[in-house]
Amino acid sequence: MDVRSQVSMVFHLDKCIGCHTCSVACKNIWTDRKGADYMWWNNVETKPGTGYPTKWEDQSKYNGGWHSNGNGRLRIKSIGKARIVPNIFHNPHMPSMDDYYEPWTYDYQNLFNAPEGSDQPTAEPISMIDGKKIDVQSGPNWDDDLGGSPLYAANDPNLEGLTEQQKLQLSSVERLVFFYLPRICNHCLNPCCVASCPSGALYKRGEDGIVLVDQKKCRAWRSCVSACPYKKVYFNWFTGKSEKCILCYPRLETGQAPACFHSCVGRIRYLGVLLYDADRIEDVAKLPDDELVEGHRSMILDPHDPEVIANAKKCGISDGVIEAAQNSPVYRFVMEWKIALPPHIEYRTLPMLFYVPPMSPVQASKEDDVIHHSSDNLFHDIDSSRVPMQFLANLFGAGHEGVVRYALAKQKAVRWHRRAETVGDIDRETADRMLREADCTREEAEEIYKLTALCTYEDRFVIPPMHREQAIEMMKEPHEHREETGFGFVGGPQRGM
Amino acid sequence: MSQHFLDQFLFVALPYVCLFTFLLVTVARYRMQSYSYSSLSSQFLENEHHFWAVVPFHYGILVVTAGHLIAFLIPRTILAWNSHPLRLYVLEVSALAFGLLTLVGLVGVIVRRFSNTKIRTVTTFTDWLLFAMLLLQTISGISVALFHPWGSAWFASNLSPYLWSIFKLGPDVTYVAAMPHMVKFHIVLAFLTIGFFPFTRLVHVLVIPNPFLWRKPQVVRWYRKR
Repeated sequence: MDVRSQVSMVFHLDKCIGCHTCSVACKNIWTDRKGADYMWWNNVETKPGTGYPTKWEDQSKYNGGWHSNGNGRLRIKSIGKARIVPNIFHNPHMPSMDDYYEPWTYDYQNLFNAPEGSDQPTAEPISMIDGKKIDVQSGPNWDDDLGGSPLYAANDPNLEGLTEQQKLQLSSVERLVFFYLPRICNHCLNPCCVASCPSGALYKRGEDGIVLVDQKKCRAWRSCVSACPYKKVYFNWFTGKSEKCILCYPRLETGQAPACFHSCVGRIRYLGVLLYDADRIEDVAKLPDDELVEGHRSMILDPHDPEVIANAKKCGISDGVIEAAQNSPVYRFVMEWKIALPPHIEYRTLPMLFYVPPMSPVQASKEDDVIHHSSDNLFHDIDSSRVPMQFLANLFGAGHEGVVRYALAKQKAVRWHRRAETVGDIDRETADRMLREADCTREEAEEIYKLTALCTYEDRFVIPPMHREQAIEMMKEPHEHREETGFGFVGGPQRGM
Repeated sequence: MSQHFLDQFLFVALPYVCLFTFLLVTVARYRMQSYSYSSLSSQFLENEHHFWAVVPFHYGILVVTAGHLIAFLIPRTILAWNSHPLRLYVLEVSALAFGLLTLVGLVGVIVRRFSNTKIRTVTTFTDWLLFAMLLLQTISGISVALFHPWGSAWFASNLSPYLWSIFKLGPDVTYVAAMPHMVKFHIVLAFLTIGFFPFTRLVHVLVIPNPFLWRKPQVVRWYRKR
């Protein structure tokens, strides 16, 4: 048993209000630079919708992730070892800027410098790449809230396999229903970006599992961009290097939550340590689609089990990290309650960011332009939820409903339980039956309720002790390196020499 | 006399200056500015014509360069191969074909970079200078192949000894002094390109990722001892 620790995440979609505060916090800290201007290490997508880059989930177009051919071989869908030699000059599956958008600003100087004329001067949009005037065709969150059109939703790859009935469910109340899907790098256990990098520039940090790009080793072969099925590695068009979410490791090392977590208005984000068995990564990644979610869970170890603790210590994991794993909110959502699920696990990268699927109860229906409220049937039938089960299953269950149904049923039971406790218009027996059917107890329901609704900063973020920052301070004097680009860099990042 | 001094300058002094510049600057740049070692791909900004320019150029120049290297390293084998006329023609025609492929690709690269304003903004003066040198070198190489046959034979018999004399630190220009002007131009530009090499994007040739083919798929870095 090779026990390793991984800083893991849970996003509670039922609480996301789609405000993009996370994206803005991230952008201001990390990607407000030339070449990184189009990057959104954190972005929030409207679902159903096409996402960013456009239709990133359509692997028939992008060929991201791993392919398991069933007889025990796992290969990179885009370009693995054998195919890198003829394809290194031109990457056949690489998305281009057209799949994202051309970053632009406005010609503000014209407001001051325009010659006197009969009209007010305007600030026209100009490209941030070549400075020319552009006709803006797409931009960040272009399809936010579906942009008032059903087109983006209709092109969502997750709609595959939905029955006509389920598609009607989506727009049963006047307009199409939608929810939000905030996305950052999943810091996978079997990262395709790392495996595909010809230079070995991408790596996973052993101590906390954060996946990073070594900027000094990246040679712009671009394999990672194609290989990542979540399209969370971005190519910096100015410096010629790949960049990605760093899970704000400088913040984590000083005991702070990552910026997107810290700034989250809906408090949907949870961060904590999971211990897992690294010996099983390859076997689990090869499992058939319907066994992937369970297999992924089975790799994650119980931090209270004395045998696991003994093995973890043998593998060099410190007491502080083990303690953090025992208090991890992520462990409770993923393993104890089983209501948080990995996104698109069929890509086989074993993502370590889990989502609590959103509830979307029908509280009203429309007949002949008259809205009927149905509050007496509150949260009753998860199958008639506005977001169809199959859609959520395509997102979080590799197309299989079982795990999603379990997570939604338990969330529904918790609501009935709390309704019985606080409002009292539901009798206790019905609530208890709901809990039993959802494999839940009153105690567990209370715990879920507390960590969902009453959670404090310390409840949501249990950051393990990471002593890296202190370690470097023992060798270098940080004040001498102020306003530099970082330890060990002679010049600032630029294109070429 | 002046011809003698010119030959000494172009085929003895210049090669050494260029070769030492190449050696010193590549090492220094790798040690001090390893961040700058990148192929600086522009595929992200323009993906439609990229394939048709970059792929022919790379395949062409790789084969042609390898051919020069082989003739330099094993001249006798080449001469033995050429002893039969048919084999000589096969070698010459394929060398010319890859030279033309290089030219087509290189012109494609230059046109693509010049016509697309997005890529033009990420193209530096050094890049343009390099493209000009490579273009002149490709054209002169093709003209040598066309007007001074059979290059594969006289390269192996006359130029290979000259190049060896440079590397053995006993430069002997008698082999090149008698060469036609076009060949001399090609040699001088080759050394200039080698000297210019470490200041350009060409350094990505030196960091081709061989270990990828036999390393484990996943890379994990530990900061504590394991």
